[in-house]
Amino acid sequence: MLHWLTLMADSLPSLLWAALVFTIPLTLASFALGLMVGLLSAVIRLFGPAPLAVVVRFYVWIIRGTPLLVQLFLIFYGLPSAGIVLDAFPAALIGFTLNVGAYTSEIIRAVIGSVPKGQWEAAYSIGMNWNQAMRRTILPQAARVAVPPLANSFISLVKDTSLAAAITVPELFQAAQRIVATTYEPLILYVEAALIYLVLSSALSALQLRLERRLGRYGGFLEAKS
Amino acid sequence: MIRLTNIEKRFGDLTVLKGVTLSVAEGRVTALIGPSGGGKSTLLRCINLLEIPTAGTLRIGQEELSFRDGVPPAWREIQRLRRQTGMVFQNFQLFPHRTAIENVMEGLVTVQKWPHERARERAFALLQKVGMAHKADAWPATLSGGQQQRVAIARALAPSPRVLLCDEPTSALDPELSGEVVEVLGRLADEGTTMVMATHDLRLASRIAHDVVFLEAGQVVEAGSAQALFTQPKHDRTKRFIATLTQQGQHGEGV
Repeated sequence: MLHWLTLMADSLPSLLWAALVFTIPLTLASFALGLMVGLLSAVIRLFGPAPLAVVVRFYVWIIRGTPLLVQLFLIFYGLPSAGIVLDAFPAALIGFTLNVGAYTSEIIRAVIGSVPKGQWEAAYSIGMNWNQAMRRTILPQAARVAVPPLANSFISLVKDTSLAAAITVPELFQAAQRIVATTYEPLILYVEAALIYLVLSSALSALQLRLERRLGRYGGFLEAKS
Repeated sequence: MIRLTNIEKRFGDLTVLKGVTLSVAEGRVTALIGPSGGGKSTLLRCINLLEIPTAGTLRIGQEELSFRDGVPPAWREIQRLRRQTGMVFQNFQLFPHRTAIENVMEGLVTVQKWPHERARERAFALLQKVGMAHKADAWPATLSGGQQQRVAIARALAPSPRVLLCDEPTSALDPELSGEVVEVLGRLADEGTTMVMATHDLRLASRIAHDVVFLEAGQVVEAGSAQALFTQPKHDRTKRFIATLTQQGQHGEGV
């Protein structure tokens, strides 16, 4: 028992360091970029010219229809054969961004569509153009509805970054693997890694609840009891 | 001041407006009445171009725009005419994420780029005018229907439109709440606000309208002064329709 605790305490700094330097930045950057891709994709699907909307649909189809791990392998190990060589971190960043973009584009498309048409008309009736209506009237209302499903994507992403271990990114899970390789204590190390992921996603869950309350403070929504 | 000439609106095979011509003088209030599906709402929405007419000419003040089938007007042209109008919707359509006063300020700040403080002053004055100043900082979700509609009227008036368009402004309200909206609209009418309203509410129409247009199946059946149309309609069809409105009025005003 004491041996386990010592092992945990000894390995904690390297695991936290890996989380701090790789897991967290990778998650934040690919979620931020992925959200932008998702918003753009959603707007194209809803308002863009038909040929472009088809391209976006194709993108979503490919990304959602193939395993994330396979996508990462394609980008990191496959593309060099086509002359595109990427370092592990940028390869992972691209893979996760494309993934987040595809899933969130569907969420954003749905929540934009859920704002009643009358809100567009009210915005137009006071002279707003499309941009102003979108930015000032539609997106703030869509945002409240989008928080829970986007939080789903965000939390999935934190855990999915462990797949980057397979393309040599020395993130949290890979750090645990490396310590296991020298200590032969898989149970302890993987439990420890799992706990760190749990802490990270718990922080996001808490953030989600606060954001929901903040964005929904104008009322008219059913709120979660806890 | 507003002149619609041969306004036609088709949705696919369905012709909703079959060449409507009418004019509204400055400072006058015109009520569009008629059965549901007769084209009242569509006609109103053709005035602020939430619907683009298939054909015809629209003139508001000095601004004029003609429509031809299949040729959508440029956005700038639409804005040029739309800026002459303000609109009050049946379901209020306040922005739920903005307080009452922010709703009224929105057009001034976002569209007309007024400084925040000046917009707030004008918005507050308008809320006072509709008797809602005491709820300036309330969220729409906490207001009654009548209160929401009064805020919506203030919002529509904020950019000083030449004409206020009201699409069934009282029909989502019970008689008591619609009373407060009728009163506000009545005061605006007395002050010389030009208005065009689609309505089933006889109390609203008879209290406020100077002119009445009876619209059925996309055509003007009869138009004239409110006095003449309500008391001595020329057409049988108009007579029968007004009789049904009066009956409703006796059972409980409004619809």
